[in-house]
Amino acid sequence: MNIIEIKNLTKLYGNSIGIENVNLEVKEGEIFGFIGPNGAGKSTTIRLLMSLIHPTSGEAKLFGKDAIEYGPEVRKDIGYLPSEIFYYDKMKVKDLLNYSASFYDKDCSKKIKELSDIMELDLNRRIEDLSYGNKKKVGIVQGLLHEPKLIILDEPTGGLDPLMQQKFFNIIRDENKKGATIFFSSHILSEVQELCNRVAIIKDGSIIEVQDIKTLRENNYKKISILGNNLNKDAFNLNGITKLVQDKDELKFFYKGDINAMIKTISSIEMRDINIEEPTLEEVFMHYYE
Amino acid sequence: MNIFKQEFDMKKKSIIIWSISLMAFMIFYMAFFPTLTQDSASVDSVMNSFPEEMLQALGVREGLSLTSLKGFFSLTFTMMQLAIAIQSANYGFSILSEEERELTADFLMSKPVSRTKIYISKLLAALLSLLITSIFIGIATFIALRLFNAGENYEISSVIKLILTLPIFQLLFLTVAMFISLLFKKIQSVLSLSMGLAIGLYVVESVREIVDNNILGYVTPFYYFEPGTILLDGTYDLKFIFIAIGIIIVSIASSYLLYNKRDIHSL
Repeated sequence: MNIIEIKNLTKLYGNSIGIENVNLEVKEGEIFGFIGPNGAGKSTTIRLLMSLIHPTSGEAKLFGKDAIEYGPEVRKDIGYLPSEIFYYDKMKVKDLLNYSASFYDKDCSKKIKELSDIMELDLNRRIEDLSYGNKKKVGIVQGLLHEPKLIILDEPTGGLDPLMQQKFFNIIRDENKKGATIFFSSHILSEVQELCNRVAIIKDGSIIEVQDIKTLRENNYKKISILGNNLNKDAFNLNGITKLVQDKDELKFFYKGDINAMIKTISSIEMRDINIEEPTLEEVFMHYYE
Repeated sequence: MNIFKQEFDMKKKSIIIWSISLMAFMIFYMAFFPTLTQDSASVDSVMNSFPEEMLQALGVREGLSLTSLKGFFSLTFTMMQLAIAIQSANYGFSILSEEERELTADFLMSKPVSRTKIYISKLLAALLSLLITSIFIGIATFIALRLFNAGENYEISSVIKLILTLPIFQLLFLTVAMFISLLFKKIQSVLSLSMGLAIGLYVVESVREIVDNNILGYVTPFYYFEPGTILLDGTYDLKFIFIAIGIIIVSIASSYLLYNKRDIHSL
């Protein structure tokens, strides 16, 4: 069964395009990644699903029901974490969580306790006194306290330290094991790779590709830059090297292929410094167009 | 019910502050009246030395001398109406826009509630807040009239009639401000807008008195519920009550449509 079904969904803001003709299907039990650079239309798509904004054309169905017409009904089973977290400043954390729980016809107190223990969230503090990361934790707890069947996360990890990020990912994996479907937007490739089964790539308001995460892993580019005197561009004639540029005493290129072959080549030359890193998403996209 | 309660809780402090200051205003202002009557002849002569237009602009009318209880009280009550208009417009401009400005709308609207329910809950919470303020003003009015009437008689029935216009007056400013707030993408300064609307319409009423053009009065609620007229005649002008209710209904309905269709943008 498809939990999310988006058909030809378009949202225009005046003359500028939010998203255009987006088609997407997310199956029950998936952890689905939604990845793209900032401004690509990730949030627009998610806000359409939550009926915070209204589509120009096309439709979105959640649990087989129209997201706008049956909005209040389908949202009973959705937990949503927006990318920017803002709550009623004057409230205490526990009052906000109880207010959040009051929208659902079930007792959420146990889940609130469980989640806030894991996330080390102090329930007695006022929202306005919280740091950005702590507000994010409040967001996570309020989004999950009713044990939703569909969890929609819009760039959830910003502001969380690596340790918390891991705890958060563990919670998400647990919820998924219990049967929840996860829809996860991000502009960071590595976190999507870590968590998701399938991933959709969006750019300039259109879906470029929907891929299995394994396929994406195989496209594992490295971005390498080498600093040194008397560097010779011609030493790098391996298969899998692209975009090789020499700028005085610096060599830069992307590499996809056997990493041992690369290390051998690198070790044969004299250099001052080396930097091997994951390409940014934009750089990965550049490869998609080639 | 939970949204209504939350909305009302957030208004509590504001209700207390408005009620106390308006009660204090009414009582202190009326406390001047006995002193004024002690030397009514000289006050009247001072007042007569002002140009007529200026007196009209202040709302002092023929047959309602400042040294009479009705005259002084109706001037006080007009000031009170101005303050109430600011409060009502303030609630109207803020209740629907504040969640978008403070970006809490994402939280509220992703819950399993319809916009209709949010809208009605917010409207009712604001209405209750204003009614509570009205009740306190009513109480203050009777205390002030009882303590500082300087021996003059007043008709309790007219005063009650005047106080009963307050909820309609409040609803009018509340719903019109709500409607206006939905015409904008983002409301930045609620306070200046509410002062602008209330004082602006008050000025229209002053201008109406000076140029003596009653058609202008249709534009401003301050004319519909003029305290002097209600106190002197002891009746309402039903025509204006109907116009007011008509505007309220249209504002509520069109705000509802706009709010349901509204796109809630993020940062």
